[in-house]
Amino acid sequence: MKTVLVIGNGMVGYKFCEKFVAQEAGKNFRLIVFGEEPRVAYDRVHLSEFFENGDAEKLTLAPRSWYAKNGIELYTNERVVDIQKETRTIITLSKKSFSYDYLVLATGSVPFVPPIKGVDKKGVFVYRTIEDLEETLSYASNIKGSRAAVLGGGLLGLEAAKAVKDMGLEPHVVEFAPRLMPRQLDDDGSAALATKMNELGISVHLNKVTQQILGNGSIQGMEFSEGDALSVEMLIISAGIRPRDELAKTCDLEVGIRGGIVVDNTMRTSDPNIFAIGEVALYNQMIYGLVAPGYEMAQVAVDQILGGETLMAKSIDMSTKLKLIGVDVASFGNPFTSEEEAHAIVFENKLQGLYKRINVSKDGKKLLGGILVGDASDYNMLLQLQQNEMPLPENPEDLILGARGGDGAAMGNVMELPDEAVICSCESVTKGAICCAVIEGGHESVKSIAKSTKATTGCGGCKPMISDLVMESLKSLGKTVKIRICEHFDYSRQELYDIVKLRNIQDYDELLDTVGQGDGCEVCKPAVAAIFASVYNETANRQETIQDSNDRYLANIQRNGTYSVVPRVAGGEITPKQLMALGRIGMKYDLYTKITGGQRIDMFGAELHELPLIWEELIKEGFESGHAYGKALRTVKSCVGSTWCRYGMDESVSFAIEIENRYKGIRSPHKMKGGVSGCIRECAEARCKDFGFIAVEGGWNVYVCGNGGANPKHAELLAEKVDKETAVKYVDRFLMFYIKTAPPLTRTAAWLEKLEGGITYLKNVVIHDSLGMGEELDAEMQQYTDTYKCEWKEAVETPEIRARYTHFVNSEEKDSNIEFVPMRGQKMPKAWT
Amino acid sequence: MISALNTFQATRLEEVTIWFKAAEVSKFPKNGGACVKYKDKQIAVFNFTRKGEWYACQNLCPHKMEMVLSRGMVGVDGDQPKVACPLHKNTFSLKTGENLNGNLDAIATYPVRIENNFVYIGFSE
Repeated sequence: MKTVLVIGNGMVGYKFCEKFVAQEAGKNFRLIVFGEEPRVAYDRVHLSEFFENGDAEKLTLAPRSWYAKNGIELYTNERVVDIQKETRTIITLSKKSFSYDYLVLATGSVPFVPPIKGVDKKGVFVYRTIEDLEETLSYASNIKGSRAAVLGGGLLGLEAAKAVKDMGLEPHVVEFAPRLMPRQLDDDGSAALATKMNELGISVHLNKVTQQILGNGSIQGMEFSEGDALSVEMLIISAGIRPRDELAKTCDLEVGIRGGIVVDNTMRTSDPNIFAIGEVALYNQMIYGLVAPGYEMAQVAVDQILGGETLMAKSIDMSTKLKLIGVDVASFGNPFTSEEEAHAIVFENKLQGLYKRINVSKDGKKLLGGILVGDASDYNMLLQLQQNEMPLPENPEDLILGARGGDGAAMGNVMELPDEAVICSCESVTKGAICCAVIEGGHESVKSIAKSTKATTGCGGCKPMISDLVMESLKSLGKTVKIRICEHFDYSRQELYDIVKLRNIQDYDELLDTVGQGDGCEVCKPAVAAIFASVYNETANRQETIQDSNDRYLANIQRNGTYSVVPRVAGGEITPKQLMALGRIGMKYDLYTKITGGQRIDMFGAELHELPLIWEELIKEGFESGHAYGKALRTVKSCVGSTWCRYGMDESVSFAIEIENRYKGIRSPHKMKGGVSGCIRECAEARCKDFGFIAVEGGWNVYVCGNGGANPKHAELLAEKVDKETAVKYVDRFLMFYIKTAPPLTRTAAWLEKLEGGITYLKNVVIHDSLGMGEELDAEMQQYTDTYKCEWKEAVETPEIRARYTHFVNSEEKDSNIEFVPMRGQKMPKAWT
Repeated sequence: MISALNTFQATRLEEVTIWFKAAEVSKFPKNGGACVKYKDKQIAVFNFTRKGEWYACQNLCPHKMEMVLSRGMVGVDGDQPKVACPLHKNTFSLKTGENLNGNLDAIATYPVRIENNFVYIGFSE
């Protein structure tokens, strides 16, 4: 049996192992891996997530047991110090020696630390390993609130700046070049990004050559070449990488002038039995600091060792798309064409921080590359157009501006891509392979495609495209594309809604027995629970074990397994007496209290058994459930309106209270929020809500399908200057239509986006009753309003329901695992370790 | 809290030395779970009525070390019975304890026996 040794257990080293054992021929080899870090390979690309959640485990690519299961011998904390080519042996720091038939060097790189005076001072760190992060984090915790700089405005540097911000420090990015991400962006793209960074509280300093690090022992500042300085108490250096090629020098492998082990297109070094892959490999006189080329190198090395003929591509694609602190940035093909080679088409909207540039060949036929800042949603398709040299639309500017006038998208259909088009670049999966997996392999879902081809399992950016390809391939087979909610029901939510209603189905088990299969899961149960709630207006108390945890206990589960309590405060109007009652109850049960974004009061830290006790008191004080835990109406936010405000056109608070009371308790596919503003100054932010009313001269303007959150969207105008009754009727119909037809967990904005005909169609249904279901919708909404009951009142007053609120069924004791720590005079859960 | 993880040891039927009398059958909701205290341990017990089966496992979710699994939804993945953690929907096999949608550590599972309308959980210590 031949032996393959892999030195390095980073992302690329791991990928080598994964690809090696995936092949049948790989079973005839003994595979031994050496990692210098104490941990098994983890995802460095998402290192900044470690700051968010402190969970190193989550970054692990595969647990130790995976190596054992696949017969891989793994030595972590074991540094290899010498290679003896002649005897094909390696020696480790602990003096162990191993012999090999093939050796794979995947030693990666180290951060480059420029030789700046004072760089050895305390408080100066690099950004590479979890250990680096832990050290930085512990230093940062002692200087909270002060300034910290990141040296280097490249990709990693900006990631590090986000991490610095998450650590509670004031981040400053210092870059030597005249722009951010100099390898990916042009000057205007960089300016757009810098503006966004500034908005997010990250200061950017360009054209700065750092002369020395100031401070006595610990860093206190940085001095630049023009004599100016920036005072900081911490510095993270992210100024590029240097390949870890020191092992090559122990055995005279050829290395580049500026480092890196020279490899050919088979990934072999100057010794045919030694391969180098990833950031240590110098290919085409370049080091590639991205993960996708590293994975491709791993694949080539695996195939070469196992007797295949795969070669590395001649030129390596350096296209990237990423989200930096919520800002999309992408760069593909050749982003910096000169005026001689191409026409650049540029779209810029400084107000929204958007910058888009595409470089089109002189004859207007081909896309050569481009840059996207602020919105990179078209990246996948643009990349495909460029990589496959596909014909462009007549007006290439449509690619970044969208087709204006006329129908049809500028991008064209995914099915028009050639079979060789690489859709998932992390795993190098082509369109041909995906369509083949659908049509011949019978893999009919994205999940199943992911399992069989590994597509989408890297960065996941190609998911929307893969989903389109699966749909289109199925259509080409003449199969109707079924949208099913999960493996237990071959129906969409809308179909299940109709089934429940028409067949008068009474509970989850009956539905599963009638039209489903198997025994259900956490996807279909809450979806079906919402349907029962919508069809029969039943509370979450009746079928409690099919509810999401929050609905089951009528409260929002929080970090440590305790719950929060939110009573309804319709329209945000609350009396001093009610405020005192909340204060008294909050103090009695030692709850952390905070004003929510929806103008009410959230009380955190209640243990399960305390919930009915707290609610009993709240109900006595006249409060009722706020449904903050449910996919239901949350709040209707209001400004103070014409009763007090000197600008107000109408009584926004009265209207908000009326409308909140009208829709309270209604369950829907997702949460719903409303707003009412008394004039066009729009202080209630009604246009960020699922439905909103704004008072204008002569009536109310009605807006629908807006939301805040991860993808903010302004609501669209449904009707103008209508009276109150008409406004309510339109929203009644709109909500009812949404509740009946939307897929599970889809907000109104996303639903409208997929609704064929969009807002025009919706207006026809709601205002002109084009489907002839207006009266039915009106009646159903009225039925909801008439049968509303407070589910917390029901829970408190019914002994069987109340009995659910106990942590143990066989003991009165409390959960001793719950720990709180003090914070600003209140309490918070002990942080996750 | 990490040390809490080590207090759970998967127990196979043939290893059981103690059958702990937990509570009456009626204390456990149909197709749902509840939490039982045994010495210093918290055990989640599930009454999977649809399958006519009972399952028990540690109440601790290994992801964020919170005692919450008993409040999760039960379901199946193919034939495999599972529970979904109420905090982040990580799912675990109720038979083997294996994490079905990720790489978390497996949870400890315990045998359950029903006798005279009482639920018993099997431990080896």
